[in-house]
Amino acid sequence: MIVVDIRSVDKTFNAGRTGEVTALTGIDLAIEPGEFVTLLGPSGCGKSTLLRLIGDLAAPTSGTVAVNGKPPGRARRDRDYGMVFQAPTLFDWRTVIRNVVLPLELAGRSRSEAQAKALEMLELVGLREFAGHHPWQLSGGMQQRVAIARALTFEPALLLMDEPLGALDEMTREKLQGELLRIWSETGTTVVFVTHSISEAVFLSNRVVVMSARPGRIVGIVPVELPYPRDINTREAPAYFAKVTEVRELLRGSEVASR
Amino acid sequence: MLAAMWELYKVAWQGAGWEWPVRPDDTSMPHVWSIVDALFEPARRGGDDLYGVILVRAAFATFREAVVGFLLGTVLGLALALLFLKSGLLRRGLMPYVVVSQTIPLIAIAPMVVIWVRGNGWPAWIGVAAISAYLTFFPVTVNLLRGLTSPSATSLELMRSYAATHTQVLMKLRLPASLPYLFTALKIGATASVVGALVGELPAGLQDGLGRALLNGAQYFITRPEQLYAAVLVAAALGLLFAGLVGLIERIVIPHRPHGAEAS
Amino acid sequence: MTDPGFVAPRSRFSRPQGDRTRSWGGNRATRLVPPLLVAVGVLALWELTITVFQIQEFLLPKPSTIVSTLFAELGVILRAAAFTLRSVLGGLLLGAGAGFLVALTTSRFSYVTEASVPLAAAINSTPIVALAPIANQWFGITDPLSKIFVVAVIVFFPVMINVTKGLISVEPSQLELLRSYAASPRQVVFKARLPNALPYLFNGLKVAASLSVIAAVVAEYFGGPREALGVYISQQAALFHFAEAWAAIVVASAIGLALFGFVTLAERLVMLVMPWQVAFREGE
Repeated sequence: MIVVDIRSVDKTFNAGRTGEVTALTGIDLAIEPGEFVTLLGPSGCGKSTLLRLIGDLAAPTSGTVAVNGKPPGRARRDRDYGMVFQAPTLFDWRTVIRNVVLPLELAGRSRSEAQAKALEMLELVGLREFAGHHPWQLSGGMQQRVAIARALTFEPALLLMDEPLGALDEMTREKLQGELLRIWSETGTTVVFVTHSISEAVFLSNRVVVMSARPGRIVGIVPVELPYPRDINTREAPAYFAKVTEVRELLRGSEVASR
Repeated sequence: MLAAMWELYKVAWQGAGWEWPVRPDDTSMPHVWSIVDALFEPARRGGDDLYGVILVRAAFATFREAVVGFLLGTVLGLALALLFLKSGLLRRGLMPYVVVSQTIPLIAIAPMVVIWVRGNGWPAWIGVAAISAYLTFFPVTVNLLRGLTSPSATSLELMRSYAATHTQVLMKLRLPASLPYLFTALKIGATASVVGALVGELPAGLQDGLGRALLNGAQYFITRPEQLYAAVLVAAALGLLFAGLVGLIERIVIPHRPHGAEAS
Repeated sequence: MTDPGFVAPRSRFSRPQGDRTRSWGGNRATRLVPPLLVAVGVLALWELTITVFQIQEFLLPKPSTIVSTLFAELGVILRAAAFTLRSVLGGLLLGAGAGFLVALTTSRFSYVTEASVPLAAAINSTPIVALAPIANQWFGITDPLSKIFVVAVIVFFPVMINVTKGLISVEPSQLELLRSYAASPRQVVFKARLPNALPYLFNGLKVAASLSVIAAVVAEYFGGPREALGVYISQQAALFHFAEAWAAIVVASAIGLALFGFVTLAERLVMLVMPWQVAFREGE
């Protein structure tokens, strides 16, 4: 079954008033279970908006979005997806484990059940020993890992990530990219990932959705046939560079076209 | 250190023969040790109680009024903040008045409130507590509201992605996030309650309380200047202790963190 | 979707703060009308309740009574107000000026600042107005200096704390920039610290403005010349002449509001010359 089914979606802000912005036009996208799909494009291309449409944090002006065969609102209430933002958005007044427990707490799960699950997730991201720490005691990269653990507590079918590694330095980012792929393979979740980094998109995903701005639209979808698991060697393989170039050309071509 | 400066002033000014701004003689500025001595002597010749004991008892009376007012004011402030959070309309309508009320010296009605309360046959200390409550609720309302609306847009979206109800957002996000702001207000309120209590005690007739002690000290200044100073010091100590107490509670309730921006 | 808890996604037009987008915006009308309605409503209700229920005009006289009493006693009240105003202004100048200067000097050395701010905050948490009887003894009950002293001390601390915060909160990168230009310490103060401290100064002055009137009136409760607002209010209250007392309070509030308004006006004028970011955090 298709996990995310987007058909003919448009999104316009302030329609008909001053400051009208067409964020997205004519978006068609189908994502199969287990995929790692990246939305890639320059600022203003609507990639974050599209992600939020999937996550029911915004509604399309026209067209349909279905998550797991349901409307996004119901998928959200059924907790079918986990979301990770660019900022870790952890609660300062809670310890790490209490932060990870938050979604389960909100869903009314029992204390013991929630604790166990949270520890399991922290183990998955390799931060189990930090369960009792406070967020400000952790580095940016570690905080993001906690956010990822938190997003996975329901073992959702879908993981939505909005430039989660954007605020980190390059070394940490590359390390976390590796971590992310490991977690993805261990959990088998479907991932929709937003980024503006071409190399990141190619390294992580099996398909790159290239988008362009003015108006926001999909210019092309590039399959990335590099084998998993991917690591340092992948980053240095000629096939990788070729793919990056291919994506870059597509982006550049679309930029010219939209001028 | 303050005591050292006090004595230094006396010595220096006396030596130089200056009289401005304050005369350094022993009546206007008693020596520090005579002030301390006064605490351990009977208040009046032939009296039973040590002055220090009288002051402490008075401090307790004032403290009681201040605490009652403080708690009332905090509850009121909490209620208003939550109300304003719920209803933007109410907030727009009432907030300017909440703000303006800080400018209006409503503490100016302190004497009236107390006299009226007594005129009605109620114990006077209720009037005093009411003044303290009035002075506390304002900072609590303003700061708590600021704290309740402080969570970032991303945090709110996060809660939304968990399909959290409004109550859950309030209890698990807004309230915990507002605690630092609340305690800032509570510390201000603690001091304000003490001031309110003192001023409320001024109208003649309230026997207990530091306000009366201050007035008495002023009355008997010529013969026993040290008593007034001692009374003022005790009043200052009361304010300091109350604010310190709130600070202590804050340390316990909020995990201590190094200065820095919030992580979310 | 019209969920009110929801904030529009990032676009050029959205603001970074949480649901503060709710309290901003709306045009002038939505912001001014509700408070005006409340004012009119409260006054009307006040007047009607007392008239209709024939409540004794004791603690809370009708607004109309207060206004008429104000005009009847205008001379007395205004003369008292003049005295109090002198104390207020004197205290403000002295206290705010001293606060500013002390902040300027202590902010130069960080170890002094680290000690001075907590100390100031601690002293500020004491009932400073309790100094009033002592001031009366030192300077004389009827001497305005005794009231000026109290006002000055009360006003000193918020100004000093706020200005200190403003002076030391300059971004390190700005300081390093000036250092790379071999700027002298004086230049650093004038070109970086002072401009940065201006919003904090105005914050402190606003607090000072509202506090000063209260401080003067309350100080006068501890004793003062016959023609002073605080003395007038407490005397009238003791005589159960609440209407007169309220009238004087109205005048005192007006003075406080006017001072607050002056500071705000001054701030606006300065901002015309030196615009700075509106989004600064408020001091205590």
